[in-house]
Amino acid sequence: MAYDNALTALADPTRRRVFEELRSGPKPVGAIASVLPVSRPAVSQHLKVLRGAGLVREETQGTRHVFSIDPKGLGAIRRWLDQFWDEALTAFAAEVERDAQKGEDEREKS
Amino acid sequence: MTAQHITPAPVRKSVVVNANAARAFDLFANNISRWWPPSHSMLKVPLKETIIQPFAKGRWYQVGEDGSECDNGHVLAWEPPHRLLLAWQLNSDWQLDPGLITEVEIKFIADGERRTRVELEHRHLERMGAKGETTRNAIAGPNGWSAILETFRQSVEQGSR
Repeated sequence: MAYDNALTALADPTRRRVFEELRSGPKPVGAIASVLPVSRPAVSQHLKVLRGAGLVREETQGTRHVFSIDPKGLGAIRRWLDQFWDEALTAFAAEVERDAQKGEDEREKS
Repeated sequence: MTAQHITPAPVRKSVVVNANAARAFDLFANNISRWWPPSHSMLKVPLKETIIQPFAKGRWYQVGEDGSECDNGHVLAWEPPHRLLLAWQLNSDWQLDPGLITEVEIKFIADGERRTRVELEHRHLERMGAKGETTRNAIAGPNGWSAILETFRQSVEQGSR
């Protein structure tokens, strides 16, 4: 499942730093390595894992390889919240109905 | 060179309820305990109540039957009867992370005299993914949220072996 992979991939603090570096926009390996205390090959390795988990995608721009966050990688978290809010709002609407019904019953009594 | 933020789309939901905006806001925010699914709590004991303090910077938290508390986030804007903006501060590990703010905006839009369309948007979800970590903490509860999360936790542990 994509969600498991994503969480596992982000469990490593350095890998999370690599991922966070991409939040400001697509970057080549060198640009990421220059701001982190890890070697360029290590950054490449982390990017490979992130790509495998579907969190990061790779594009070729001329001779450069540029990495960016793959929005679909967070899809599992999003799907979960989507389902969660569906359930919560359904419960809320049911409570409004109960409340309205209670109001009507009270009016009928008086 | 494309320098842009790439983010997952916000979660958007809406529901139409038979109440005016003021009543809908009151039930949603002041009486959240009456409808919040009881399985959706990170407490290790059964949920007693869910509370949103009615002012900006107020706490949004849950209280267990034994009095223990657990924060979900806080109020960013309290604007009855039309708008409520909450900070959801549970990370993708479903633990409170004070450094994380994802926004849940709820709008109450009049749809006739006694009907209100409630629109909910949960946004900045990308902040959650970047903060994700595996958890060693036990997640209590026999069903619902807790059970789902327990399954996630186990899969993550298996995956990292």
